[in-house]
Amino acid sequence: MKQLTIISGKGGTGKTTIAAAFASLAENAVIADCDVDAADMHLILNPEIIETIDFYGLKEAYIDSSLCIQCGLCKENCRFDAITDDIKVDSFECEGCGVCAHICPEGAITLVERKAGEAYLSETRFGPMAHAKLSVGEEASGKLVAFVREKARDLADRYDKELIIIDGPPGTGCSVIASITGVDMVAVVTEPSVSGIHDLERVLSVAGHFNIPAVVCINRYDINEENTRFIEDYCRDNGIDVVGKIPFSRIPTEAMIQEKTVMEYSGNELSGEFSEKLNDIWESVMKSLN
Amino acid sequence: MKIAIASGKGGTGKTTVAVNLALSLKNAQLFDCDVEEPNCNLFLGYDLEKVEDVNVPTPVVDKNKCDLCGKCSEFCQFNALAVLPEDVMIFPTLCHGCGGCTIVCPNEAISEVDRKVGVIEGSVNEELVFYRGLLDIGEPMTSLVIKALQEHIDKNATAIIDAPPGTACPVIASVKNVDYCILVTESTPFGFHDLKLALDVMKILGIPFGVVINRCDIGDNRVEDHCIKEGIPILMKIPYDREIAKLYSQGIPFVNEMPEWKDKFLRLFRDVTLLSKMKDRPEQ
Ligand code: SF4
Ligand code: SF4
Ligand code: SF4
Ligand code: SF4
Repeated sequence: MKQLTIISGKGGTGKTTIAAAFASLAENAVIADCDVDAADMHLILNPEIIETIDFYGLKEAYIDSSLCIQCGLCKENCRFDAITDDIKVDSFECEGCGVCAHICPEGAITLVERKAGEAYLSETRFGPMAHAKLSVGEEASGKLVAFVREKARDLADRYDKELIIIDGPPGTGCSVIASITGVDMVAVVTEPSVSGIHDLERVLSVAGHFNIPAVVCINRYDINEENTRFIEDYCRDNGIDVVGKIPFSRIPTEAMIQEKTVMEYSGNELSGEFSEKLNDIWESVMKSLN
Repeated sequence: MKIAIASGKGGTGKTTVAVNLALSLKNAQLFDCDVEEPNCNLFLGYDLEKVEDVNVPTPVVDKNKCDLCGKCSEFCQFNALAVLPEDVMIFPTLCHGCGGCTIVCPNEAISEVDRKVGVIEGSVNEELVFYRGLLDIGEPMTSLVIKALQEHIDKNATAIIDAPPGTACPVIASVKNVDYCILVTESTPFGFHDLKLALDVMKILGIPFGVVINRCDIGDNRVEDHCIKEGIPILMKIPYDREIAKLYSQGIPFVNEMPEWKDKFLRLFRDVTLLSKMKDRPEQ
């Protein structure tokens, strides 16, 4: 079984549009939406949820105020400023490290499980899908990404699928790391803006750091062709394949409004050309992956 | 006054709004809290100097004192320590630096050393006071860098904070104590869906907020309709404009080339100042 993660570094480069198009093109794949912080894939794929699984993230300190003698030791030893002056736990700050529980002389503090989101196993018109929703402000997005990937692997085993297509989160932090560790390849979707280039370089170094091969796809390449050439040169110098260039188009937004992938959408005179382009890119990606 | 610029989804124009707003004001401070992908300076082009490293205290074990009792690994909630038959292994990137293992070790075998996870940089003698945080590659401790960065906010000045995208902990760390939050979105199904997530964050934190609709003429009307229905102020609408897109791609703040926008950002700032003062009313 192979795993492919689509990432972008910078948000809004069209990553999910392309991931959804890939999902519709892949013949025998499981789809995993690991952009758990702002999952959007379901808006296009309309998954029918078959199973919902609670996700528990980090634990949280709970103070039994009837036992507390207000000695302040917990507050003093908490390195995350998660205990207020009146000895209450600030849920947004608490990392669940357990130091306060250990230190409390009255045994007033325990660590409790905290539901931090939900994962879903679903069926879509393109095959099985694993996705999730992180509760607002939660810490453990990397953990939830790992959880979704584990569920996607279960689905792949259950339905005998050969590929997992992972829509990764933006950025370079813990959730990105969790979405690419151990995959066979990442496809980076970028755009020819200075921010796109900067984030591309950063996210490629993250992939390099974990020894994961990468290919690049340049979206809206005609917004700035000079920058596009810069990206192509940069990739060539670093031995990375550019698998495709996609022109600026209103098609992705138009398709999105109709809850369709760009491959299914035909309401624009350039739809056919656009789909063909994505098809070519998908084939190049598959070639690199295998 | 502290104003955060946030968005549920990346790529909606958050940095554009933050940079152009800061440049339109006089004496503003700008903080790039998107420490995984700090992009403000691509538009400012300032010379930056290192202000400080961001460190996490991480344990080291003195083999001579350690009797491999296993208490440290039993305690660690993040599996950052493993006690093997002959050795204690530490996985630094998993360590949150809570200090618990040092406390529980019965043999005082653990001490802590600083491990660098990021850096804070600042501008010198530029038009704007600008600070940014930068997370080291391969490091997961995003919020820590954001918190260190926020220590540099001058409470007596106007601070503009470019928050990271999403709704998870780094966003909370960036917007928690601000006076007002500007949510930047686009009027597409993705934009609308992610805006609703961002609205949940605002409601939970009790921060007054308004919306800027970017590329307002691409997509449909769902964002605007929703804002009107919910009584959410629409602070500004920015149309899709190839000139703006081109300037963006070149890293040029568009207020510098299209000065009429400076007035619009000043008006936005005045509105935000008024709206933030209304937050103390009981019915907001
Ligand atoms: S569990 Fe850790 S972070 Fe949470 S309150 Fe206790 S000491 Fe602070
Ligand atoms: S350490 Fe225990 S007794 Fe002391 S203030 Fe904290 S909860 Fe209360
Ligand atoms: S708690 Fe201290 S003595 Fe025990 S295994 Fe850990 S380092 Fe060694
Ligand atoms: S400092 Fe805390 S997180 Fe780090 S290894 Fe020790 S117990 Fe674990």
